[in-house]
Amino acid sequence: MKKVIMGNHALSYGAMLSRAQVIAAYPITPQTQVVELLSEMCASKKLDAKFIKVESEHSAMAASLGASLAGARTFTATSSQGLALMHELLHWASGGRLPVVMGNINRAMAPGWSIWTDQNDSLSQRDTGWIQFYCSSNQEVLDTVIQAFKVSEKLLIPSMVILDAFALSHTYEIVEIPEQKDVDAYLPPFNPPYRLTPSDPHAFFGLTGPEHYFELRYKLQKDMEKAPALIEETGREFERIFGRSLGLVDEYLSDDAEFLFITSGTAGYTARVAVDDLRREGIKAGNLRMKVFRPFPFDKVRRIVQKAKKVAVVDRNLSYGHHGIFYQEVKSALYGRDGMPPVFGYVAGLGGRDITPGDFKEICRLASSKNTPDEEIGWIGVKR
Amino acid sequence: MKKERTMKLSLPEEELMSPGHLACQGCGATMAMRYVLKALGRKTVVCIPACCWAVIDGPFPHSSLSVPIFHCAFEAAASTAAGVKAGLEMVGDTETTVLAWAGDGGTFDIGLQALSGAAERNDDIMYVCYDNEAYMNTGIQRSSATPYGAWTTTTPVKHFKNRPKKDISGIMAAHRIPYIATASVAYPEDLFKKAQKAKEIRGTKFLHIFAPCPSGWKSRPEDTVKLARLAVQTAVFPLFEIEDGEKYTINIKLKDKKPINDYLRFQGRFRHLKEEDVARIQAEVDRKWEKLNKNC
Repeated sequence: MKKVIMGNHALSYGAMLSRAQVIAAYPITPQTQVVELLSEMCASKKLDAKFIKVESEHSAMAASLGASLAGARTFTATSSQGLALMHELLHWASGGRLPVVMGNINRAMAPGWSIWTDQNDSLSQRDTGWIQFYCSSNQEVLDTVIQAFKVSEKLLIPSMVILDAFALSHTYEIVEIPEQKDVDAYLPPFNPPYRLTPSDPHAFFGLTGPEHYFELRYKLQKDMEKAPALIEETGREFERIFGRSLGLVDEYLSDDAEFLFITSGTAGYTARVAVDDLRREGIKAGNLRMKVFRPFPFDKVRRIVQKAKKVAVVDRNLSYGHHGIFYQEVKSALYGRDGMPPVFGYVAGLGGRDITPGDFKEICRLASSKNTPDEEIGWIGVKR
Repeated sequence: MKKERTMKLSLPEEELMSPGHLACQGCGATMAMRYVLKALGRKTVVCIPACCWAVIDGPFPHSSLSVPIFHCAFEAAASTAAGVKAGLEMVGDTETTVLAWAGDGGTFDIGLQALSGAAERNDDIMYVCYDNEAYMNTGIQRSSATPYGAWTTTTPVKHFKNRPKKDISGIMAAHRIPYIATASVAYPEDLFKKAQKAKEIRGTKFLHIFAPCPSGWKSRPEDTVKLARLAVQTAVFPLFEIEDGEKYTINIKLKDKKPINDYLRFQGRFRHLKEEDVARIQAEVDRKWEKLNKNC
């Protein structure tokens, strides 16, 4: 069934179709409609779940972890300041191997107060041990929630499904709502190997000395390394059932591209428009939209990038004192490899400023005028 | 036929806490756990935030409890417990008691927001605060449960704690939860009965258990029960229940309160107090005791 829904509701439908059993959430603009619709779904019994209306995001994640360890499939959603407040418990989720799935609406961090999109909220959580999916359409948001549960529960690693504030959260698009029976066939019930139950009592997460802690983190990394192959495999399985593929990245005319953009989120769709324009102007442009950021899909990125002559990474985020974060990560993936093209970094659209097709064309012009990247950040659209 | 005489035990014999724990000698918090688990039984899940009990239980892979434990974040005992309860119900377990077990720091201070949230929602959890009146696990720093006049490592003798202990039962009563009780390790039968009563009530239950700490109070380990009893007899820590936020019952009635100094003088943390300080503490205890009696 096709519906015209906003990105926030795509998250809600994804959680409903995944048969989330416990939802603990706190409202924050621009995430609020995610939990509003879920509370309606719970109240009307469209979704058989307990909805805990907590008093903060910290409690939202704490309650989610409690429910997950009790053996229930658990979903929550947040944004920006709320995600930052959860930070401590994001480590608890991954370290505890609790496969919670969370929607995060990318919203710029205060101050000044902003409700508009940029990625510094979720990228600040890069090292918390969560899988991160960056989406660029409402369909992808819904589909990815379902896939995220499958991947997370298999690896016992939590997932964040991320979308841009307003550009996606409040934008209505046509979305194919999968049939429940098909989702059930794809996503079996959550059956964790261990859980909090008096019938098999264990103490979880107690004091762990230097003789054990290291191995627990080693295992987390080893399982994280399994995620790229699993995401591709479950993406192909998804395609067989639903007809839409879900991969690590989304390529647009990258095969023969001489000039390759690397993008993420909705800017990744804007880039396609620019690629078409540039191709009409005779420039062989292409786009690589990064969907999965953690774990970083090293092989995939290297194989695509090595075909290009020049690469421009466009970041809607910034690590102050360094550079755009995707830029750093792409460069580190290519470092020391032979035959890799020069990579240029650009920062655009912080705090929700539009990134337009014209901006991408400007980036192409700027990068084409140089042979080697310099230290300075390429600022796009900033008033100086 | 001659009737056989047997001793009747006032508490169940079954132990859900084993002796191999890591508590200090004379720890009141271990006694509290032992009695509460006797009342709740095996169908219990415990959520323990950072507090003495996060250590007492024993390091991975050991545990001194026979019931499952979620060692959770410091400020998250109540919210974690609320999630565990919801999760258990969704997987078909509606019987298990979910117990949040926190110290005074995790309850009066850093965990108060999550506790207030759970209480306002009336989540079906039992919350126990074992109160040793300071951050004992990190080395005796003052909390908002530290009483007026006490020395701690952050309230040195020259600047002893100069604010009264936070009225946590009053705060909980304001949430109108079905059951609140104070209890003491010196009165195990009373404590046991209250935990048992709380177990049968749906909604948020709050037990505030007075748990002396010889290491932090600078008292003798063998005086733990004596101090806990004196706290009740001097009305420093009266034993009472509050039902539905309004109905007060005093469980241990006092005809003549003992003078406060009977309690203070066994504790090094009060040794520096002058006569006027003691008089001030006595006046505050008298005022609170009178107020409590008026509530009944």
